[in-house]
Amino acid sequence: MSLLSVRDLTVKFAMRDQTVTALNGISFDLAKGERLGIVGESGAGKSITGFSLMNLLSRPGYIDSGKILFEGEDVVQMNDKRLRNLRGNRMAMIFQDPMVTLNPVLTIGQQMIETLMAHRKLSREEARQIAIVKLREVYIPSPEERLEQYPHELSGGMRQRIIIAIALLLDPQLIIADEPTTALDVTIQADIMELMLELCQSNQVGLILITHDLGVVSQMTERTLVMYAGRIIEAGRTREIINDPQHPYTQGLINALPQQTVPGQRLKQIPGNMPGLASIPAGCAFNPRCKYATDLCRSRVPEIVQYGEVAVACHEVQRLHSDEDRQEARA
Amino acid sequence: MSTETLNPKSEPSRWSKIWNSNMGYSFRRNPVAVLSMIVFLLIALASFLAPVIAPYDPYDPAQIDIMNSEYPPAWVSGSLPEFVLGTDDQGRDLWSTILYGTRLSLLIGICAVALQAFLGISIGLIAGYVGGRLDSLLMRLADIQLSFSTLMVAIIFLAVTQAMFGTDTFNKYAVVFLIAVIGVAEWPQYARTVRATVLAEKKKEYVDSARVLGFGPMRIMVRHILPNSLSPIFVISTVQVANAIISEASLSFLGLGMPPSQPSLGSLISSGFDYIFSGSWWITAIPGVVLVVLVLVINLLGDWMRDVLNPKLYKG
Amino acid sequence: MFAYLAKRVIQAIAVMFVISLIAFAIQGNLGDPLRELVGQSVSEEVRQQLRDEMGLNDSFVTQYLRFAGNALQGDLGTSYFFKEPALDVILKKLPATLELVFGATLIIVGFSVPLGIYTAIKPDSILSRIIMGLSIVGISIPVFLTAILMIFVFSVEYGWFPSYGRGDTVHVWGYWETNFATADGWMHIILPSIALASIMLPLFVRLIRAEMMEVLQSEYVKYAKAKGINPWRIYFVHALKNTLLPVITVGGVQIGTMVAYTILTETVFQWPGMGFMFLEAVNRVDTPLIVAYLIVVGFIFVVTNTIVDLIYGLVNPTVNIARMGA
Repeated sequence: MSLLSVRDLTVKFAMRDQTVTALNGISFDLAKGERLGIVGESGAGKSITGFSLMNLLSRPGYIDSGKILFEGEDVVQMNDKRLRNLRGNRMAMIFQDPMVTLNPVLTIGQQMIETLMAHRKLSREEARQIAIVKLREVYIPSPEERLEQYPHELSGGMRQRIIIAIALLLDPQLIIADEPTTALDVTIQADIMELMLELCQSNQVGLILITHDLGVVSQMTERTLVMYAGRIIEAGRTREIINDPQHPYTQGLINALPQQTVPGQRLKQIPGNMPGLASIPAGCAFNPRCKYATDLCRSRVPEIVQYGEVAVACHEVQRLHSDEDRQEARA
Repeated sequence: MSTETLNPKSEPSRWSKIWNSNMGYSFRRNPVAVLSMIVFLLIALASFLAPVIAPYDPYDPAQIDIMNSEYPPAWVSGSLPEFVLGTDDQGRDLWSTILYGTRLSLLIGICAVALQAFLGISIGLIAGYVGGRLDSLLMRLADIQLSFSTLMVAIIFLAVTQAMFGTDTFNKYAVVFLIAVIGVAEWPQYARTVRATVLAEKKKEYVDSARVLGFGPMRIMVRHILPNSLSPIFVISTVQVANAIISEASLSFLGLGMPPSQPSLGSLISSGFDYIFSGSWWITAIPGVVLVVLVLVINLLGDWMRDVLNPKLYKG
Repeated sequence: MFAYLAKRVIQAIAVMFVISLIAFAIQGNLGDPLRELVGQSVSEEVRQQLRDEMGLNDSFVTQYLRFAGNALQGDLGTSYFFKEPALDVILKKLPATLELVFGATLIIVGFSVPLGIYTAIKPDSILSRIIMGLSIVGISIPVFLTAILMIFVFSVEYGWFPSYGRGDTVHVWGYWETNFATADGWMHIILPSIALASIMLPLFVRLIRAEMMEVLQSEYVKYAKAKGINPWRIYFVHALKNTLLPVITVGGVQIGTMVAYTILTETVFQWPGMGFMFLEAVNRVDTPLIVAYLIVVGFIFVVTNTIVDLIYGLVNPTVNIARMGA
């Protein structure tokens, strides 16, 4: 049985004069200890997916329909008490910007110990000892002193390590990391990713890594979901998706990577922008930006179907596969 | 085809532009804001037309008869039909006196805020644009000024002025003194907000390009930076007018503002207070209600505006 | 820490210096001390001689230094009306005002924090809407009107509470007589305290609500939820402390405003405090008393603001007190 199984998850935002759909029938599975990447532009619904998994959406967002089965139990149906037991304990989350994630007026120690004591019957001293052990695991020097410090006294990289340590405090089954390094210095990004990979592997923890960086996904994850305008448009093993993307959008993303560009040439950007949630076009949401778009693409939303090694939501995937343009583009 | 159709009606007037804008939309959708606006306009209109509307001139001693004093309003027994809201302790028609008094209160409130805005915006622009020592000095002054309550400063200033010049001279220039003291005391509100906008805008490219084009600092500040601080200025101004009216009323109540011979709402309430125990509640209550309604609708409009414009206001 | 403290104290002294200059200027220009002393039936020569003796013909600096020196020793002149040292007159009135401020502060703190938190946590509940609606009405009613209204309703109409004065007070220490020791004292202080709190309370409810709502939207509160922390702990440990930090600063400023409002409240309730005394002094052109009031009130402002700054520095861990002094 898979650790996590999401079925037809639909999330809506009730705005002042209309309701927009932010996630439209998302389904995917995650095995125990598996690492999954969710890729897409900002606004594609990646972060919303992450927050939905913990049932942490705040107004005006809400889960409209669908199931999120975590260890067999539906997160959507959980009451507040069950949710609290889930959050931070069985499922932990790493936020995007470590500079604003930790509470500025509480010490590192207070924020670690409260997490432990919220879920386990421990004395303060026992909790402190566990916190120190976990800080060591993320290579924080002199952890005893760190416990007494306030967040502003520590660097961004240090804070993100501490947040990783907090995520690991209760040995969760799954960690959701929402762009964990975007806010950090480039030099530290690789360290943090390496640390996360190491800890997930050694602790057998599942990981959902939300990012816009395909490079990171290829290093960190076994499987990948590509999202566009609130839907999954391509899913499969990371290696397959990186090496042989099927959806025109994924192809565009990969072609836009600097590595794919001959020096001196312009980056191959996908023309246009992703539509806002309130103005998603009829049919395939990608059709206005897609050079393969047909009338069918403009009228009907493509189902996600298995095509070769991956699942892809594109009407024209067969035609595309034999298209020379693509071969040329990949050359 | 006539020229009239060529000159298309689709070109919207400035007024209809406002009406159809985001702000106009949220205004029409918000009954509290609409009602507040209507009440405010009614009060403002009535008070500014006081000389036309009012049946008596409360400043004209010839029209005042002390024998008419303390008649109750029309709906209370023992009233005189010619005094709809009754009369005050000096025999003035309360309705007329309130109209004139509201006019004074509004006038002082608005002029004082205009003065605040002028001082605050100028100082804020200079502090933000020049920066450095001058900036920190001005902001330090703003801190200190803010740490002294306006009302306190105004009370002491007016008390000393009154004692120095004597009551007669003071009463003659009371309007000017009130506007000056309320206007000067609250400049930091504007200065801080404007300064914050200047600092944010100064970094942006268009300011650089304006500078490269050789525009002087005055032009850059007034034409380019100032428009960006308009929405916080609007919101602050609304609240400040309400506060200024309260301050004026409080000062007049203490006898440090408008004299009883030329009463604002505050001095009218004050003169009525002496008679409240003898049962003449209306001299205090009716102007009191007018004052509260006036301030309340301005505050409600301010609240609505803050919700719509949602500017980043400077917090202490 | 020391540098921060020193910087604050130096600033406080600078402000006191400016206040003393203003006070001195008022003293020199307001009223004629000679007339108060000897009346008008004295020849011009004698007057000049007296002026010389009193040092009124000395240079501005000399006169100011003498004034400041005396002030530092607690000599702020003698009240023309009471024929007593002005400082003594004020110190006798001070406890009444301070107790009033204390009563109002209790009401403000006691109600604004829970109401502000409640309306922030449940912004859509009917009760919250009622509280917010009342609060905007509250900030629109001037203090003196609230005071009058309360006298009219609770004293004149129902006769539940006395309408003026302090009632029975009990001597505690020095000039300090307290209202809080007898039932009659309590009855007398309740209405004035409510009146004084009436405009500040809704202001603080709105402030605390706005700050709390902002904090509840913050990433760290979201993160605390994601850690599975109990909501009460989130509200009262994670959010409240961050909410109260800006409130402390505003509170410091509002203490000054409150002293100003005591003048209004004391006037309506004829409360024998220094605000009431000040207005009487103004009407009598009792210059030494006016000047002394100015200095005492300025001193209260400066001291409370300095203390509030220090508290803020101590409570807020992100203010590095040691570095702020530099």
